[in-house]
Amino acid sequence: MTQAHNPPVADPSHKHSSKHRTDVESAVIRFSGDSGDGMQLTGTQFSNTSATLGNDLATFPDFPAEIRAPAGTTFGVSGFQVNLAARDVYTPGDEPDVLVAMNPAALKVNLPDLKMGGLLIINRDAFTKANIERAGYDHNPLEDGSLARYRLVTVDVTTQVETALRDLGLSFKEVARAKNFWTLGLIYYLYSRPLEPTLRYIESKFSAKPVIAEGNRIALKAGYLYGENAEIIEEVYQIGPAKLAPGLYRTINGNQAAAWGALVAAKKSGVPLFYGSYPITPASDILHELSHFKSFGVSTFQAEDEIAAIGATIGAAFAGQLAITGSSGPGIALKSEAIGLAVGVELPLVIINVQRGGPSTGLPTKTEQADLYQALFGRNGECPVAVIAAATPSDCFQMTFEACRIALKYMTPIFVLTDGYLANGSEPWMIPKLESLPAIPTKFWTEKNGFQPFMRDPKTLARVWAVPGTPGLEHRIGGLEKDFNSGHISYDPENHERMIHVRQDKIDNIAQDIPDLDVFGAEKGGKLLVLSWGSTFGSVRQAVQTARAQGLDVSHAQLRYLNPLPKNTEEVLRRFDKVLVPELNLGQLAFYLRGKFLLPVIGLNKIQGKPFRVDEILDRINQLLGK
Amino acid sequence: MTTQETVKLTRKDFQTDQEVRWCPGCGDYAILASVQRALPNLGVPREKIVFVSGIGCSSRFPYYMETYGFHSIHGRAPAIATGIKLANPDLSVWVATGDGDALSIGGNHLIHALRRNIGIKIVLFNNRIYGLTKGQYSPTSEQGKKTKSTPFGSVDHPFNPISVALGAEATFVARSIDVEPKHLGQVLERAAAHQGSAFVEVYQNCNVFNDGAFESITGKDVKADQQLHIEHGMPLLFGKDKKRGIRLGGVQGLTPEVVELGVNGVTEKDILVFDAHEQSGAMAFLLSRFQPPEFPVPIGVFRDVKRDVYEQEAHQQIERVKKQFGEGDIQALLESGETWSIE
Repeated sequence: MTQAHNPPVADPSHKHSSKHRTDVESAVIRFSGDSGDGMQLTGTQFSNTSATLGNDLATFPDFPAEIRAPAGTTFGVSGFQVNLAARDVYTPGDEPDVLVAMNPAALKVNLPDLKMGGLLIINRDAFTKANIERAGYDHNPLEDGSLARYRLVTVDVTTQVETALRDLGLSFKEVARAKNFWTLGLIYYLYSRPLEPTLRYIESKFSAKPVIAEGNRIALKAGYLYGENAEIIEEVYQIGPAKLAPGLYRTINGNQAAAWGALVAAKKSGVPLFYGSYPITPASDILHELSHFKSFGVSTFQAEDEIAAIGATIGAAFAGQLAITGSSGPGIALKSEAIGLAVGVELPLVIINVQRGGPSTGLPTKTEQADLYQALFGRNGECPVAVIAAATPSDCFQMTFEACRIALKYMTPIFVLTDGYLANGSEPWMIPKLESLPAIPTKFWTEKNGFQPFMRDPKTLARVWAVPGTPGLEHRIGGLEKDFNSGHISYDPENHERMIHVRQDKIDNIAQDIPDLDVFGAEKGGKLLVLSWGSTFGSVRQAVQTARAQGLDVSHAQLRYLNPLPKNTEEVLRRFDKVLVPELNLGQLAFYLRGKFLLPVIGLNKIQGKPFRVDEILDRINQLLGK
Repeated sequence: MTTQETVKLTRKDFQTDQEVRWCPGCGDYAILASVQRALPNLGVPREKIVFVSGIGCSSRFPYYMETYGFHSIHGRAPAIATGIKLANPDLSVWVATGDGDALSIGGNHLIHALRRNIGIKIVLFNNRIYGLTKGQYSPTSEQGKKTKSTPFGSVDHPFNPISVALGAEATFVARSIDVEPKHLGQVLERAAAHQGSAFVEVYQNCNVFNDGAFESITGKDVKADQQLHIEHGMPLLFGKDKKRGIRLGGVQGLTPEVVELGVNGVTEKDILVFDAHEQSGAMAFLLSRFQPPEFPVPIGVFRDVKRDVYEQEAHQQIERVKKQFGEGDIQALLESGETWSIE
């Protein structure tokens, strides 16, 4: 097994002599509490620390749309699940092995998911009569025997924190806020994790508030020591490093990855980055991230609305910038007319759609894949747009970079579809070397002789990019139909049809420039292919791997390019007796494939604002293979 | 044809080979001619000029200008122009728009462009009607107007474009008239010279769907009495022999009234002296409310003040951050934070 280089060590002052130490291959842990309890921070810190130990992992933050829902209510519960393992991890896990519940509402909401016999860690100080009632319990669940099927550990977290911090002179509220670090310390002990990465985090995050920093440090260590000394935890766990490819790693989430992919594409193309956006969940973090990159020359523009965001972005594209806008479904709906304009004027434009539950405002903080039709078809007229989709959080880097390449090379708008699950989920990512990434050759037209604004590269069909400021190339573009040759307004019937075809051909032609569809499993074909797109990748890959280990004839393919499809797509699908398409929608990819290839693909659909569980896919595989 | 900065351009240099397709007699022709005559005076080469428009009769404007141009979608020209100016502050970016385009479907972009004070020049052709869709009332049509969509008269209260622009914190606000080419040309040149957003309302006659909308103001025999030419630092006098003027009266001294010099002891000292640089914009707003028949219509520059210019601030911020933290190193960014090696 490959060892992590210089693995950080646990605080050497602590010994585990009294506790039994068990090696486990993986663990699924869910932290849950009120929206104000800091569970997202706790989960993120736990994940990041585990990543530095060389574990592979996947995370699933799940939080309400309300910023601070009334305390103690079930709808205000915020959760963070992480699956960490000494092997490859594809999903955040179906059922937690460990559930941390900071109050009765968190217990109520999350208990149904906990594995039978799983470890249940509870802050019993929060189980007051009022909180118990607010969560909708008739009786105190800690006392009525209803938790007998789990390994219950109750801790007076609030009291412990108050005792540990009493000399610091912090306010009651400030002390209460340190509960999450105390709990994190306890779980660090349980899983033999070092404290150093979080201590470093506290140092930098609270540098302006030294007393708060000290409180959090003390709380973290107190939680750890409590685990070691109190007779509540009989065994502690260890999870060794996973066999990841050699390299330098970090954790990354989907929105950060998308922002970085854009930044790197700007560098590789030599075209300055412009990001125009309007705040919307769950896409805003891309704007936040890019707005920090002034020292890289990045322009970010927070517009007055979604339409202005894409309008300014199109303006920047006209003026010669790498123009990107990002939003989520409702915002994309508002941008549709402008996307049509960008198709008509043939300017490079990347549109990132971090999908969420719809229709309308829908489920802002939950995930869904129901904007595929919108990306493929959601505009007036014959209006082809290239569409690609990221499969994992770190793949958002790769696919945003790829979108920039395609947009610039083909002078076209292109969609990058991600979703709430990818945007907020994180995983280890091998940091690429800039020099190992391909250049994106981009050229502005300057030649006056024979210039026409819609003259095309005969191979890519991309029109020339002649930007304002270039002497002698003054020209007009617009949403009205253009003459194929001169680019002037034209209402000529044959010309219109010709322009419709050339815009379509340009997009179709991208199929020559993208990788073929790969098959994981039986490359030559077999009984069943599971075909996924976007964030369902992880659950499907895990399910197919498990089924294959059980000897089932099932394979997996992931569509990263949706328009155009890889040129071997139909041929690959026809190698299999049956094709199963799991989607977090009512069957949008399935409908598209049936329409394109007249293939009777089978849908597996879930629309609950949550990703697929592995067993849901596994069950369907078994069913289809008659097991 | 080549363009060099040293060559003095003429009106002809800004004419395109495209046939102008406005209705014969449309006020847009006069505005086009005024713009083409004014641009050579700016000393900006053609390749550095961009005209952006939305949808409507006025929005065909870019096709007739031998500059860069972008005929976009309804109402969105200020947003697109914002992106162009932000991407390349070196460009002279103009928006040609109408009362429907700018004040109805595109109202939001108009007010936010003006609020930001981004250096785009917005010329609003106000004909108080929807022309390209063949004659519906617009947000500047007078209440009660009978049109195709309001056969019994509109019940909408109209916008006053100058008041809207001032309310949106515009730093340069002016009004001119299609049939006053000299005045229009001067206003456009001042708009071009202004640092930041400029908003110019141009009264424009639609001779097909709203003919004579401004006749009572622009007619040769009435205009002296119906127009108030405002000039910074000058008393607000009007009429054939400049004998009439504006005085502030009323209990609080905030109520404007029309007075005549020499009548009831009124002298020029009583007449309000116009201040276009007044920071609060109060006087400009007061004037923007003037409407016939009680008051003459003010023509000229209502407001001309200095404020931080958006694209300059945005680019200076980038330079400041670069200076403070050094030019960004992408590899270092990717490798920042908690990392670990696997061998």
